[in-house]
Amino acid sequence: MSEHIKLPEGSIEKTTTTLNLGPTHPATHGVMQNILELDGERIVSADQTIGYIHRAFEKLAERRPLAQITTLTDRLNYCSSPLNNMGWHMTCEKLLGITTPKRVDYLRVIVMELARIADHLICNSIMGVDAGAYTGFLYVMQYRELIYEIYEEICGARLTTNMGRIGGFERNFNDIAFQKLEKFLDEYPKALKEFENMFQRNRIFMDRTMGVGGISAERALNYGFTGPNLRAAGVDYDVRVHAPYSSYQDFEFIIPVGSTGDSYDRWLVREQEMWQSLSIIRQAYQKVQSFTGAEAEVYHADVPEYYLPAKQDVYTKMEALIYHFKIIMGETDIPAGEVYHAVEGGNGELGFYLISDGGRAPYRLHFRRPCFIYYQAFEELVKGAMLSDAIITMSSLNLIAGEMDA
Amino acid sequence: MSLTNEIIQQRLTEKFGEQVSAFSISYDMLQFEAPKEINLKVLNFLYDDPQLGFIFLTDLTGVHYPDQKGRELAVVYHLHNLKENIRLRFKVYTAVEQPDVYTATGLFSSANWMERETYDFFGINFLGHPNLKRILNVDEMDYFPLRKEFPLEDQTRIDKDDEMFGRG
Repeated sequence: MSEHIKLPEGSIEKTTTTLNLGPTHPATHGVMQNILELDGERIVSADQTIGYIHRAFEKLAERRPLAQITTLTDRLNYCSSPLNNMGWHMTCEKLLGITTPKRVDYLRVIVMELARIADHLICNSIMGVDAGAYTGFLYVMQYRELIYEIYEEICGARLTTNMGRIGGFERNFNDIAFQKLEKFLDEYPKALKEFENMFQRNRIFMDRTMGVGGISAERALNYGFTGPNLRAAGVDYDVRVHAPYSSYQDFEFIIPVGSTGDSYDRWLVREQEMWQSLSIIRQAYQKVQSFTGAEAEVYHADVPEYYLPAKQDVYTKMEALIYHFKIIMGETDIPAGEVYHAVEGGNGELGFYLISDGGRAPYRLHFRRPCFIYYQAFEELVKGAMLSDAIITMSSLNLIAGEMDA
Repeated sequence: MSLTNEIIQQRLTEKFGEQVSAFSISYDMLQFEAPKEINLKVLNFLYDDPQLGFIFLTDLTGVHYPDQKGRELAVVYHLHNLKENIRLRFKVYTAVEQPDVYTATGLFSSANWMERETYDFFGINFLGHPNLKRILNVDEMDYFPLRKEFPLEDQTRIDKDDEMFGRG
């Protein structure tokens, strides 16, 4: 403290500064608060407060039939809602013992990888914004828009998609959806390459991100990191490969891994994953096109107890009417059991732990939300770093408040 | 030699004998339970044993079973051996009157917030936790909302007949 400032009698001289970063700060990208203790510009400690948008999804789910829970999963990681939707449907299918047709699996893979691209695209471009490069972000938003248009063709919604049903999709993909997909596959790689050129070997961006917010593989595992953040630390764990779901075993793709686990590696891993996702989408689209005859029209499994019948059947057929009524009123009891199912979400292993006691709704449903688990490492990541490093570390972690607070 | 559910079960029974019980396979995942007093011993054994090596805590959460006298609250650990790619589910039960369970934060840094969340919603008191306070709910809250005694809908409503909605 300067000798010119006279402190009141009995006050204790504090040598550090407390700074409130958030809850609504442009750099937090979501409602979360960080109370930073600063020594000059160095971070001494960080205390995270979360829960500002907690909506009690786990409690709500205990009163809802399975199909109604899909809308809750939309609002977890809202940058990649279809991934959450598909993960939830697959959890239900695992519990109910439903196997889906191959075509459904491939359509799901297309949607999930599109969602992964949308998610990574936001995260990587936002990192650019936080490092002072706004252009990349604005530029790639056009291509997220193309993805959202594809969603719109598939399910009618853009952000909170509520896409698909237990057993498949609510309707077949129309021709416009495939045309838009082709357009995306054609235009996006060029833009991604340009985006990559702008950042990957950019001196300023590299200086801002290399060695910032790094973590060793061992610590990352101990902190429960999953997804790109864990892979950036050098652990090649990917749910798509370790526990293939939705026929991921039929696809050829590599899992990019980093070495230092810092913000730059996380950015690189996401960038590489987008290329891999593109390749997976191409393979899946090819496989979808290879179906012929009646097989080419399949878009859901035959599970009348959980899959809503076509509306015209409801008006003309007795069974369809009964199933329709039972599904809408939520009268179908689900089998008792405990199931854990995980999918590779946009930012890590998104798990659903479902306990059923045989009633109409789950007895207990727990979401394993990847960013809730790894955000607790934030203090360790930024301790001793500069204030501006904290901002870029935060955006490189791909934190989504909706997922964190459930 | 690849690790299987049988080997895990065998290793655990060798080490803890009668104390680990209720082994079952649920959708390909081995699950078992142990008394809450030895939860850390079991977790440590699963972590340290060269053959088992469950070094990744996937998930930790609570469940409330109000009808089970003396074991109303469960703490559920999902562990993952990444090398062998095998998961297991481990449960400990505790009475709701004295919901004390030892913390796993010494072993897994990731347990810190997951235990705070479990405390927040179920009131399970993790002994030895460095910072056991509410995480998602407001600090002033004086109840544990995911317990079953708190119904989701207003029970005083008379305009809705639950029987008609398959909720009886």
